Amino acid sequence: MNRPELLSSYNYRSDGRRPTEMRSLSLLLSQHPQADGSATVTHGLTEVMVTVFGPRESKNKAGLAHDRAVLSVTLDVPVFSGVPGGRRGRSDKRNMEFTSNIKNTFEPVIQTHLHPRSQIDINIQILQADGSLLQAAVNATTLALIDAGVPMSDYVCATTCALHDSTPLLDLNSLEENDLPNLTVAVLPRSNKVTLVTLETQLAVERFEEMLKMAVEAGKLVHREMLRAVQNRSEKLMRAIESVGGGVGGRPDHRQGEERDVEMYAGNDL
Amino acid sequence: MPREIDPAISQRAFVLSALKDHRLRVDGRGMQEARTPELIFGDEMGWVECRFGKTRVIAQVSGTIVRPRADRPYEGLLNIHSEISPMASSVYDSGRPSEEEVVITRMLEKVLKKSDALDRESLCIVAGQQVWSIRLTLHFLSDEGNMLDCACLAGVAALKHFRRPEVEVIGEEVIIHDPSERAPMPLSMHHTPICVSLAFFEESAHPILDPTRLETQLASSILAISVTNTASPSPTLCVLQLAGGMPLSTEELTSCIGMAVARARVVGAFLERRLADDWSQRSVRVEVH
Repeated sequence: MNRPELLSSYNYRSDGRRPTEMRSLSLLLSQHPQADGSATVTHGLTEVMVTVFGPRESKNKAGLAHDRAVLSVTLDVPVFSGVPGGRRGRSDKRNMEFTSNIKNTFEPVIQTHLHPRSQIDINIQILQADGSLLQAAVNATTLALIDAGVPMSDYVCATTCALHDSTPLLDLNSLEENDLPNLTVAVLPRSNKVTLVTLETQLAVERFEEMLKMAVEAGKLVHREMLRAVQNRSEKLMRAIESVGGGVGGRPDHRQGEERDVEMYAGNDL
Repeated sequence: MPREIDPAISQRAFVLSALKDHRLRVDGRGMQEARTPELIFGDEMGWVECRFGKTRVIAQVSGTIVRPRADRPYEGLLNIHSEISPMASSVYDSGRPSEEEVVITRMLEKVLKKSDALDRESLCIVAGQQVWSIRLTLHFLSDEGNMLDCACLAGVAALKHFRRPEVEVIGEEVIIHDPSERAPMPLSMHHTPICVSLAFFEESAHPILDPTRLETQLASSILAISVTNTASPSPTLCVLQLAGGMPLSTEELTSCIGMAVARARVVGAFLERRLADDWSQRSVRVEVH
């Protein structure tokens, strides 16, 4: 069988990147008109949209906690996204593992104690899949939570890293992800500590540290991009508020209020 | 689903303060001391019970001959069945699997199946026609913490303990020899993964090895590491899983891996010793006609 070369003798990867080059990253905030916060994150051909609702009153009273907010994460993998294996139901084990990873990662980062007896819904929609799904989902969830104004102690920035012979590769596409030992790491950039690590298939112990360090460095890069995206979005909001004359805390009249709403959600021209 | 009752506040305070101030655990173990595993082999090959203290898991391996998947005509199949019944603990339901259960079964699948521990190509009898389908069933009898490590050890031991009947192919004909006729064959394994779980507490700087049920409930996060090639001088990491809880620095994570490798070496050597013991006790009668 003719298999594509993952790393050519000239040190180029199958999609023309250098080993430590990441795919083009685009971070869009407030794409969804109804959600309290939303973000679409694209890493090359992988595209994930996350919407956040809440903190709000929970429909499921049994799952409530009296002293903190609880997270409810759902994942939708439509057939058109290109994830192999066809339609996945809600009780699919891979789906449940994925959502449990997201939930466990964000539960300690979100200041849940500020919203007792409430629920935060995180809906993850895979729009297009080309490897590193968990990475894209974590990054999109961070941005969507920030967009929703949910208090968090830090950003969570995820990256993936694989090892080809002895060369570490960053930000994997699906070809690389399927064939190489790979690592997904989520970094908290303020403390420089990792909060999520998953490693699959075999890797020599000595190599692990090198890969982890590289992934943490890449996480900082993603953090810088995220900061820029959030800053752009905030500036745009500020301009929108100022344009209706009220400034912060002012009360715009209704006609202008409608205009402001339109401006707030037209996130496409960022 | 019956919701798990949180440990009492006094119990929680007691366990955590003992850990923090005295570096003591409730059952008297040191921080990096694991319970001694016990392996009990059944009369039949491929039946193993593994105990970590009061945690008990039974693993059973059986083989049937089936038609292979069309896209992989040269590969046999390995199926892992691991439903946690309410017998293990009242928090598990028999219907829809809980999140905790899914995490354990997915981890087992990654460790035993996705890491290619079993040489699946050796299970091929006639390409595209007949292959062995190996079924590993795990019964979780009681949960006193660290079911993942226990189930993983039981599963690996059962796979290594199992013997399948020898098969001969002459032309188009496939002859399956009865175990009384020809000595059955062990499964061919690429490597022997050993799982080691560590629990972290926000109150204590040091992780603990092999947490009990109560410690698991109180822990802020669990790090599961699976190590293979434990007998070789350079062991390999197979699966590593940490989600949420207390964030770790890269140095902390590396030291945890060192700890896990050391533990996996001990468990790996123990497993080999027990398997050899059991094998030497089985008398084989050879009749020469």
